[in-house]
Amino acid sequence: MNSSSGKSYMSTASSSVLWKAGGDVVADQFPAGLRVLVVDDDPTCLMILEKMLKACQYNVTKCNRAETALSMLRENRNGFDIVISDVHMPDMDGFKLLEHIGLEMDLPVIMMSADDGKNVVMKGVTHGACDYLIKPVRIEALKNIWQHVVRKRKNEWKDFEQSGSVEEGDRQPKQSEDADYSSSANEGNWKSSKRRKDDEDENDERDDTSTLKKPRVVWSVELHQQFVAAVNQLGIEKAVPKKILELMNVPGLTRENVASHLQKYRLYLRRLSGVSQHPSNLNNSFMNPQDATFGPLDLQALAATGQLPAQSLATLQAAGLGRSTAKSGIPMPLIDQRNIFSFENPKLRFGEAQQQHVNNNKQMNLLHGIPTTMEPKQLAGLHHTAQSVGNMNMPVLSHGSQSSQNNPLLMQMAQPQARGQMLNDSTVSLAPRLLSPRGQSMLSNGMATNVSTRNGVPENIRAPSYNPVSQTSSMLNFPMNHTSELPGNSFPLVSTPGISSLAPKVAFQEDVNSEVKGSVGFMPSYDIFNDLNQHKPQNWELQNVGMMFNSSQHSNSLQGNHDHTQSILVQQGFLSGQNRNSTVISKPMFLAGDSTGHVNAQNSNQHLNSLLDNTVRVKSERVADAAPANLYPDHFGQEDLMSALLKQVGSFFSLYDTDGDIILLILTSKFPIFLQQDIIAPAENNDFDFDGYSIDNIPV
Amino acid sequence: MESKHVHQQIAAMRQSFFDEEVLDEKFSQLEQLEGKDNPNFVEEVFTMYFRDSTAFLETIEQAMKTIPIDSIKVDNILHQLKGSSASVGANKVLKEVNKTRQVLGKGNLEGTKAGILELRKEYDSFKAKLEPYFQV
Repeated sequence: MNSSSGKSYMSTASSSVLWKAGGDVVADQFPAGLRVLVVDDDPTCLMILEKMLKACQYNVTKCNRAETALSMLRENRNGFDIVISDVHMPDMDGFKLLEHIGLEMDLPVIMMSADDGKNVVMKGVTHGACDYLIKPVRIEALKNIWQHVVRKRKNEWKDFEQSGSVEEGDRQPKQSEDADYSSSANEGNWKSSKRRKDDEDENDERDDTSTLKKPRVVWSVELHQQFVAAVNQLGIEKAVPKKILELMNVPGLTRENVASHLQKYRLYLRRLSGVSQHPSNLNNSFMNPQDATFGPLDLQALAATGQLPAQSLATLQAAGLGRSTAKSGIPMPLIDQRNIFSFENPKLRFGEAQQQHVNNNKQMNLLHGIPTTMEPKQLAGLHHTAQSVGNMNMPVLSHGSQSSQNNPLLMQMAQPQARGQMLNDSTVSLAPRLLSPRGQSMLSNGMATNVSTRNGVPENIRAPSYNPVSQTSSMLNFPMNHTSELPGNSFPLVSTPGISSLAPKVAFQEDVNSEVKGSVGFMPSYDIFNDLNQHKPQNWELQNVGMMFNSSQHSNSLQGNHDHTQSILVQQGFLSGQNRNSTVISKPMFLAGDSTGHVNAQNSNQHLNSLLDNTVRVKSERVADAAPANLYPDHFGQEDLMSALLKQVGSFFSLYDTDGDIILLILTSKFPIFLQQDIIAPAENNDFDFDGYSIDNIPV
Repeated sequence: MESKHVHQQIAAMRQSFFDEEVLDEKFSQLEQLEGKDNPNFVEEVFTMYFRDSTAFLETIEQAMKTIPIDSIKVDNILHQLKGSSASVGANKVLKEVNKTRQVLGKGNLEGTKAGILELRKEYDSFKAKLEPYFQV
C-alpha cells in the first residue's frame, strides 16, 4: 500500500503499482515486494526484523529513529506500503509517530513492543494502528502484514468508487449519515461497485492513477466536449459507456473513466432538470440550524446532481459529520497556517496583484503541499487558483487527499464577509472569499469586480475571494485552456468560456505538517453552473489534489467549471483548527469524473473523517466564542453583492469561524445547492457563524 | 576428524542451551533465517545483542547506585532488555528481566537491586556460554 503515497490516494495505489511494476500479474506477485519501513531503536531487533521481512520477500527499509523514518516517508510518499514501528523509542513516542504517519501519509502502521499490557495495546488501537505485535516478533506474524495494506487500499478504493459511480440516490443515504462514512458508508455502495471490480487490476488502476502509473483522466474541456457529442449522438438514453468510448475514440481512455464521467454527467443533467426539487432542499438545508451532522441531504443532493462524485459526498459527509460536532470548527488557526486562502491576510484585496500574489502563494503552497498523488491534471480545465482557494477561507481543510473532482466544485468559502462578494458573479466564482474580519470587504468588492468580469467571460472565473479572485480569475480563465493543475492544489477554477458561472472546484490540498496534523486542506468543489452556457462540462473535473497536509498550506483549488448548470455544489470543507490534531477536514473533495479521481477522494475522506472528528469538535467550541459581530457588518455591506450574486448563483452559505472569517462559503446556484445541512446554519446560529442564505433569504 | 569433532561440539553445546532453557525457540527461528548469503547472521545478531545489553546493564547498575533511584529510567532500560532478549531467544535472561521489572513495578527497590544482580549474573553466564559457541 502506498503508505507514502500522497494522501490523495490512499495507500493502495502504490503497492499495486509496485507490484505491477514488475510486469507480473499483481495477484501472483503479491504480497512479495511489499515495501516495509521498520522503525526501532534497538539495533538487534531491527536486524532480526529486517531479516525476517526479507525472508517474507518484502522490500525492507530499516530505520532506528522515528524522525528519520518520518522524513523518509515525507520525502518519498509513495515509497512505502506499510510501516512497522516500535512503541518505545528515545526520540519520539511510537504512538506519536503513528499519528503523524496516519495523518500525513495515511499508511497502515503496525506497532510492536515487548510490552503486552492491555493498556498499551489499547493505545495502539486508539491511535489508529492497524495491528500490534508483541516482541519477540515471530516471522509468521510478519508473513501476513500485507493484509493491512490490502485492506486499506480496498477502503480507499471504495471511497473513490463511491463517488465515481454514484448512483443517484443510492449513495447518498449511505454517505450522509456516516460519520466515518469513508469506510462504512462506502462499503455499501462500494461493495457493489467493488464487485464489479473484482479484478485487481481495476483496483490497481484506480490506485495507480492516484499515485503513479496511471495517469488520471483529466476531463478537459475538449474531452468533455467529445464526450457530450458522443452522448448526444447516441442519445442520452442510449448512451452507454462502451459506445461512448468508441465514439470518442480517445486513446488511453477506459470504459471506467467514461462510465464514471457519464454518471456524473447524468446527475448533472438531472439536476438541471430537477431544480425545483432542490430549492426546497436547499432551503431546508440553509435554514436548518446547523445540525450536528451534516444533513445527508446536502451531500446526497449534491451527489445526485452528479456534481459531486460519490466520493465527494462522502467527504462532505465526513466533513459534515465532522462538522456537526464542531460546527464552526473552522479552525482559524489552521486557516492561517494554511495559507490556503490567504484570505486571512488582509491583503486579500481584490487587487489583481494581490490576488495573484495570493495565488502565487497558494500555488506555492499547493505545490508545496501537493503530494505527488495529486493529479492536478485532473483538474483539467479547472484551474483553481490556489489563491482563490486561499481566499476562501476554506474551512475545508481537507486532508490532502483531494482527488480531482470533476464535477462538483466545492467552493468553500468561508467568509462571512466575503459572502456577498463571492458570488456576485453570475458565474459565481466560487472562489471562496474568505474575508477575515480584518476587514476585508474587499472581497466583496473584489468579487464584484471580478464577478462582473466574469459575466460573460467564462474564462475568468474570478473568485470573489479577494485574493483569490484575481487569481482565480486568471486561473479560471482557463476553463478550457487551462488545465493547469496546481500541483497540490487542485482547485482549478475553470471557467468555461461562455459560462459565466463558475463551477469552481475547489480542491484543497493540504499539506499537513506533522505537527499540524490536522490541517487539512480541503478543496471544496463547487460546481457552479451557469445556465448561461452550456459550457463544456469539462470543468467539472475537480481534481482534488491529494490532500497533503501542511499545516501551513492549504491548497485550495477552485475549479470553476463552466458547467452548464449553475448549481454550485458546495462541499463543505471543514476547516478544523488544528489544535493539536484537530484538523479541519473538508471533505468536499470531488473526484474528478474519472475513476481515478476517486482515489483521492477516498483518501481525503478518510482523512477528513478522522480529522473532522477531532477537529470539528474542537473547533466548535472555539468558534462559538468568537463574536460574529464583526462578521456581519462587513457582511452586510456586501449584501448587495451577495444579492446580486445570489441572484445569479442562488444561495450560498457561508460559514464563519469565530473570528469572522469566512471559512466556508458555499455558493449555490439557482439550482439548489446541496449543502450539508449542517453547514447551512441560519445566520442566527452563532455556533458556526454559518450563514446560509437562500436567494430569497439573504439576510440583511 | 577435527571438523567433525567441532561440529559435534557445536551441536552438543547448542543442545545443552536448549536443555537448560538458556535459549528458546526464538533462537531456532533465527537460525532458520540464516542463509547462504548471510551465514553469520545469528552470530551478528548476538554480537549486537551482547554489545547493547552490556551497555544497558551497566546503565542500570549505575542508575541503581544513584540516589534517588530513577526507577522510570531503570524500567525503560529493562524494557529494552526485555525486547532484545526476547528477540534473540535469551530465555533465562528474559525471565530475570521480567522478574526484576515486576519487583520494580511494585516499588520494591531493594528487591529490584537484588533482581538486577541476578539478572547480571544470568546475563554474564549467558554471554559466557554463547561466545565460545560462536567462536567454534
